[in-house]
Amino acid sequence: MEYEAGNFDVAVVGAGHAGIEAGLAAARLGCSTAVFTINLDAVGNCPCNPSIGGTAKGHLVREIDALGGEMGKTADACMIQSRMLNLGKGPAVHSLRAQIDRNAYSRMMKHKLECCKNLELRQAEIVKLEKIEGKWLLTTRLGAVYQCGAVILATGTFLGGKIYVGDVSYESGPDGMFPSAYLPDSLEKLGISMRRFKTGTPARVRRSSIDFTSLEIQEGDNPVIPFSYETEEELTNKDICHVSWTNDRTKEVILKNIHRSPLYGGMIEGIGPRYCPSIEDKIMRFPDKPRHQLFIEPCGLDTEEMYLQGMSSSLPEDVQIAFYHTIQGLEHVQIMRNAYAIEYDCCDPLQLDSCLEFRDFSGLYGAGQFNGSSGYEEAAAQGLVAGINAARKLQGKSAVKLDRAGSYIGTLIDDLVTKGVSDPYRMMTSRSEYRLVLRQDNADERLTPTGYEIGLISEQRWQRFQQKQERKTAEAKRVKSTVLPPSEELNQILVSHETSPVTTGVRLSELLKRPQLSYQALKPVDRTRPDYPESVFENVEIELKYEGYIARQKADIEEMRRVERKKLPVDVDYQQIKGLRLEAAEKLSKVRPENIGQAGRISGVSPADISVLLIWLAANGMKEKKEGGV
Amino acid sequence: MENQRTIAAVSTPQAPGGIGIVRISGSDARQVADLVFRSKSGKRIAELKGYRALFGAVYTGNGEKLDDVVALFFASPRSYTGEDVVELSCHGGLYVTKRLLQEVLAAGAVPAGPGEFTRRAFLNGKMDLTQAESVMQLIGASGEQAARAAEAASSGVLSRKIGRVRQALLGLSAHLAAWADFPEEEVPEVEEGELTGGLHKAEEELSDLLAGFDTGRAYREGLKTVIAGRPNAGKSTLMNLLSGCERSIVTEYAGTTRDVVEDTVLLGGVPLRLADTAGIRETEDPVESIGVAAAKERLKTAQLVLAVFDSSQELSSEDRELMDSLKGIPAVAVVNKTDLPAKLEDSVIRNNFRHVAYLSASSGEGLESLKKEVSEILDIEHFDPADGVLSTERQRQDANRALKAVKEALEALKLGLTYDAVTVCVEDAISALSSLIGERVSDEIIDQVFEEFCVGK
Repeated sequence: MEYEAGNFDVAVVGAGHAGIEAGLAAARLGCSTAVFTINLDAVGNCPCNPSIGGTAKGHLVREIDALGGEMGKTADACMIQSRMLNLGKGPAVHSLRAQIDRNAYSRMMKHKLECCKNLELRQAEIVKLEKIEGKWLLTTRLGAVYQCGAVILATGTFLGGKIYVGDVSYESGPDGMFPSAYLPDSLEKLGISMRRFKTGTPARVRRSSIDFTSLEIQEGDNPVIPFSYETEEELTNKDICHVSWTNDRTKEVILKNIHRSPLYGGMIEGIGPRYCPSIEDKIMRFPDKPRHQLFIEPCGLDTEEMYLQGMSSSLPEDVQIAFYHTIQGLEHVQIMRNAYAIEYDCCDPLQLDSCLEFRDFSGLYGAGQFNGSSGYEEAAAQGLVAGINAARKLQGKSAVKLDRAGSYIGTLIDDLVTKGVSDPYRMMTSRSEYRLVLRQDNADERLTPTGYEIGLISEQRWQRFQQKQERKTAEAKRVKSTVLPPSEELNQILVSHETSPVTTGVRLSELLKRPQLSYQALKPVDRTRPDYPESVFENVEIELKYEGYIARQKADIEEMRRVERKKLPVDVDYQQIKGLRLEAAEKLSKVRPENIGQAGRISGVSPADISVLLIWLAANGMKEKKEGGV
Repeated sequence: MENQRTIAAVSTPQAPGGIGIVRISGSDARQVADLVFRSKSGKRIAELKGYRALFGAVYTGNGEKLDDVVALFFASPRSYTGEDVVELSCHGGLYVTKRLLQEVLAAGAVPAGPGEFTRRAFLNGKMDLTQAESVMQLIGASGEQAARAAEAASSGVLSRKIGRVRQALLGLSAHLAAWADFPEEEVPEVEEGELTGGLHKAEEELSDLLAGFDTGRAYREGLKTVIAGRPNAGKSTLMNLLSGCERSIVTEYAGTTRDVVEDTVLLGGVPLRLADTAGIRETEDPVESIGVAAAKERLKTAQLVLAVFDSSQELSSEDRELMDSLKGIPAVAVVNKTDLPAKLEDSVIRNNFRHVAYLSASSGEGLESLKKEVSEILDIEHFDPADGVLSTERQRQDANRALKAVKEALEALKLGLTYDAVTVCVEDAISALSSLIGERVSDEIIDQVFEEFCVGK
């Protein structure tokens, strides 16, 4: 029996990392918002690794924070070990990663949703989605019907979820929760093109059953650098991780049982992520590799569960036990939760525009794994953008579109909606062509003005941001105008850092440009240095050292933005444009790019096709002017 | 009007003619032209009002004069494209016109794409609506053609050659990407030696290709050759001797219709265009021979000079002057009249020329030595026309961009900058080479990461 249960501006289906940011953003922007989850105890759950960030993902978290999202702040609060990866490889690829207490993270996120004004958090399984008279209707399993202006689908691995362990398989969400079994039919009925992906996770084992004595220890950084620009308190590491390796016996056990793998046995049809192979995948694909590394990571401070990073598997449970026991330190390990593969439904993201709204279904948005991505951070980034845009659309405000040149979030979305995905998409620094500009140290500079304009950045934080920007400008000016006289002290520093001494006065900026020298190194001779936070100096130093490269990327960005400004109407009939090659017309009809720049990134669209489009655009503009009688 | 990149192209037919025009269009057209052009009056093009002309000359990057040039400025919007347009008119000739274009590109313009002037003209409202579709079809057709040409070329030698360099750089880039994106996994460290080695190899191969561009062009189009020397040194006799050589059948190359009046001969496998032949004959006239200055100017536009010396006479001041004026110009000293008793001091010649041929133009004896020197000067032995050769200005430009990026990557390594700066340069080189052979970079680097490295947890 169905009943009318209420009206909301925005409904979010799912309360994972995407759903959280989507719900909070929409509610904070003033929309009455409902967030539905199948299990209230799994809000912000981390069903895979107990960590946030990593290469390029750390950038995403910083960007989410710069825009006014929640992930960075909560990760800082629940951090148990933190490291800045890639130090020494260059500022473009520095990435922050933190081990977090996953239960604490989940509880804190749930509480933030509970306390959020305009937001209602509801445990319910959505089974039906329809659009009637311009309104979206969501029906729960228990027959409650909600009427909404916009819907954001953030269903993760719940949607049509099916778990595989050896020859056993059953319909299920992650971590033993119910799947969303009815919604896929409803989406298909609506006319959304769906596909099937899969992912997997390793076992969780009991801490006291691990023999740590011979294992390599991995410590956190000191001092800890936070994700959030708002985190002021000093963070400290609370736990450590360990490293171990597989060996010949591990390989032997896996190879002997490979026929029992649902993947190699052909049971799983979903496409798995290339960057997250199971251990059997690694052994099959790289047979010459004698051993594979694994990390043993704590799942939290108040649990004995440990996560075995790098050891995901869908082999039968008895095989899992056997191969985990071959590994040093894990000889007597007790499995608390088995490893498994999970298959789920997601959409073809080519149906979305850069606001993550379905082009054919006004007011319907997708975010996270539903859009073919993978990873908590990728999901959160999309949730934030979908939430912002759903709210703004209902309020009659302009769309917020982030471009490739301004953020990894923009790059992520552009990749999804322009190139589509063939396997679950993970962000990597190599996906950005502008990575010397899109650094984790300047995410605030790139995005906080947008966050403030939207209304997700508080006045107080805005003041602090502006102060930091002023300091950067002042400091950049100071180092360019400060001349250090040649002195014994200075030359001693120069020589000890293996760079040539000076005989005449030298600008501080010139010295900072030398790769061998740092702010820290020059401190004793830099007597007019103001008392600014380290982040200001870091930023000034990077922009000096990489000046030429950054300038070149900025020139590329200008060119890219120029073509991005040439908008293409959404309703173009590409088949009717004379001179377009057939392949190009087909691809363009499928992707329906928003502008010429995006059209140029579609595979199968050539520069000549772009020329044709440009002329068609201009001709069209003229015609409209004429017909409009202007 | 929005700010687009300034483009340039040769806009006269690719055939010998009275004048050749390089057209530059875009908001920086005047600035670009001013970098290569110096007017007699000292006035800059940037100071001109529209529809004015300046007389002057174009100088190469090395400061050498390329040719006399008239610069014409058309102010936006009243120009062919609707943008600021500068046209540089020089003394025709494929070589000079192409060199002029190269200088303009080096000054910051980018080569115009097929139909790009017309496209811009259209976009800036210089054509009416009815012309739109025909222009689109034109570009569409040329795009098809380009695609077919690229497809045909992709099985070609040049493509394979470029493809190898590109593949090597992709390998480096994939390693760098894996190393940066999967820091905690078992990706082997990127060694500096691996990078510098790979980059040096790419640098070498690209340099070779670019060097071959000039040789390749000499093959296709012939070398503009000037025979110089003081009166009675035997220029005419040499001219006649060479004209008696096998008539060259210059390779068919788009647009290079040969002027039949021009004497093109094949010497040592190289087509020589004995240009300005008449002029040289005239200088034999004692009255005309005072025009040394004019003769010198001619020398500067030559791609090869055969400097004739009379071995039966002592070195004259004219001879010395000729030697001086040939500095930096590819030249072969032809020591003529070897059938007569020698009075010429050979060592002076040897000190001034790397290539010296001894012959008797009247008997023809020693012609082989001239052939040998000419082929050496062009490094013909190491040049195989069947090998991949860059043939168009656009290809040269792409190869050049790739080479520049590779050099920048090496420079970044040398300076001790972090590898992310190196990566950016390597990727730029890959993208230039991809555009050269008509391939997309897209996600190839990432695909290769997953193929080659066992990454992912």
